[in-house]
Amino acid sequence: MAEAASVYLVERVLLVAIRDNITDTEIMNLQEELSDRIVAEGARGVVIDIAALEIVDTFVGRVLAQLSSMARLLAAETYVVGMRPAVAMTLVELGMDLSGSKTALSLSHALRRLRRDGLA
Amino acid sequence: MNALRSGVVKTVSLDRERDIASARYAVSKVCDELGARALRKVRFVTAVSEVARNCVDHGGGGWLDIEILRKPTRIGVRCIDEGAGIPNIEEAMRDGFTTAGSMGKGLGGARRLVDIFEISNRPSGGLEVRLVSAL
Repeated sequence: MAEAASVYLVERVLLVAIRDNITDTEIMNLQEELSDRIVAEGARGVVIDIAALEIVDTFVGRVLAQLSSMARLLAAETYVVGMRPAVAMTLVELGMDLSGSKTALSLSHALRRLRRDGLA
Repeated sequence: MNALRSGVVKTVSLDRERDIASARYAVSKVCDELGARALRKVRFVTAVSEVARNCVDHGGGGWLDIEILRKPTRIGVRCIDEGAGIPNIEEAMRDGFTTAGSMGKGLGGARRLVDIFEISNRPSGGLEVRLVSAL
């Protein structure tokens, strides 16, 4: 797990950096780990950095969307940050708009928004 | 390294989940060597990821050949599995079709991301998917 993604808690926000070579099983495990940690650590926000991901296919896109829905049920807002422009265009062509996730351009941008909303 | 080559330049076996990432990496590398534009590369590698996952999850595994086509230079992939094939290919290609509780956007999505998409059941069994994209 430590190889596929790193997770840090900062100001009640879980910061998650996903590595490029993450497998389907590892990202499913990450989803489970995050749901546990949101509750255990009282996180109010989750920021998922996908800058390292060269592509996001339908499987990873679906897991990201589910993660956001799940976090919302646990009272935490999720931001997906660092998406490459070509990845955004490809996701739209695949018919996946990650509508459940908020997006921000960078980690600091996401943190500013979470602070503005009193979540960080 | 592949600047002057054509035909099949690499074969990646697709037996385990980890091999899907290996296939993506190998295809991405050939795209780079051929000087593909960023968007072309991301679209093609994404399509390859969908097809490779289909091979591992539903086709019982198989392999993927990466080929370079010339005049004009393009990249192609042929993905072959040793499973039962798909009884109704048209139906399987439709967005939302799934037998596995997944989202069912994989193969239909892959078709939209490439210039040539061919899918057929092989006479000897299993499924063959061919993808070609300009660079």
